Amino acid sequence: MATPFQTALENLRTTRVWKSIFRRGPAITNRTRSVAVFGNLFLHWLPVKVREKSLRVRAAYYLGSLSLLLFIILVVTGVLLMFYYHPAAPKAYHDMKDLRFVVSNGVFLRNMHRVGAHLMVLLVFWHMFHVFYRGGYKPPHEFNWVVGVILLLLTLFLSYTGYLLPWDQLAFWAVTVGTNIISAMPVIGSKVRFVALGGHIVGENALLRFYVLHVVILPLLAFLFIGVHFWRVQKDGGLTVRPKGDDGKN
Amino acid sequence: MSETKQNPTAELPSGNAGVSRRDFLNDITLGALGVAGFGGAALTYQYFSPNVLFEPSTTFRAGNPDLYPVNSVTFLQDQQVYIVRTPTGFYAVSAVCTHLGCITQWKPEANMIACPCHGSKFQPNGNKIEGPAPRPLPHYAINLTADSELQVDKLQIIKADQVLKV
Repeated sequence: MATPFQTALENLRTTRVWKSIFRRGPAITNRTRSVAVFGNLFLHWLPVKVREKSLRVRAAYYLGSLSLLLFIILVVTGVLLMFYYHPAAPKAYHDMKDLRFVVSNGVFLRNMHRVGAHLMVLLVFWHMFHVFYRGGYKPPHEFNWVVGVILLLLTLFLSYTGYLLPWDQLAFWAVTVGTNIISAMPVIGSKVRFVALGGHIVGENALLRFYVLHVVILPLLAFLFIGVHFWRVQKDGGLTVRPKGDDGKN
Repeated sequence: MSETKQNPTAELPSGNAGVSRRDFLNDITLGALGVAGFGGAALTYQYFSPNVLFEPSTTFRAGNPDLYPVNSVTFLQDQQVYIVRTPTGFYAVSAVCTHLGCITQWKPEANMIACPCHGSKFQPNGNKIEGPAPRPLPHYAINLTADSELQVDKLQIIKADQVLKV
């Protein structure tokens, strides 16, 4: 005997709007479940079938998934921080102070962004070491290993560009020292530093450049490569890699 | 004329390596895209190199020479320069460490300039005593203005043995 809710749902499924969005029947058979996955933009890169053992915590430790979760947290908290932050000297420093002492729950958001960023660097390294020691870079996963290295570099660049934005002494000297490392490059070093900072010193131009990199360019690149990375994981056969003869039971 | 249109390569004289119309068009298209790409990269580089900078002036006045006693090293914090006066005269030494750009400090008790970041040590004349700095501290051009004040130009680096005699 169908409940009124089930009857209502069945009726909804027969409407033209529902059919135009979902284009299939209820996912009750293996075939319609597959069609549900293939026909959804957000699910279509997932495998239709996953082996249970590859989802065991022991097998993957979920370090990559946790890194993604932190990235999402950082995007959300970062966008919220942008509502109070002006990338201009010396306003940036006062905005950071306001976020800590004046804005309601600002200190919570700022610390979440800050601690999350530290944790993400830690987790991405941990993820890399885990994949390395499990042999996860071996064929057919070489391409995804390289994508992972790009994501590691993007994480470090995001962390570094974000480090300047509080515009305090720590930020100023970290970027002064870091960009002087750039100028140690032969021949083009000082030119690259000049373009990176938009000047000879860490000033307003440098703050604005690092801000644009931090909130637009690097996150977009990270989104792109995270997409490739996760898609490739599925195409290469799931979360884990096993050497021959290892059935994952021990 | 209609026969040549039907089979363009058949009419090509021998010795032109048989470049087909398709290859030719591909080559000039890729070549044009390459030129446009390099041009775009060059224009982008120019765009990102600012022409006007709102940075502090690199030339400054350091006051009357009598302000500096003989055998003294004076740190001008705003300019990040040491004014050194020896019995022979004056010179101006950069206070920016040649390692990674930290500001060094004058240690009178040890008679040396030390960097707090990574431990580089220099003599008062800028020569390196030790530590990761690759080069000695540069000397800036220093001269006397018409109204007899010291003037330092931080864009002009001079040899370490040049001294301003007053």
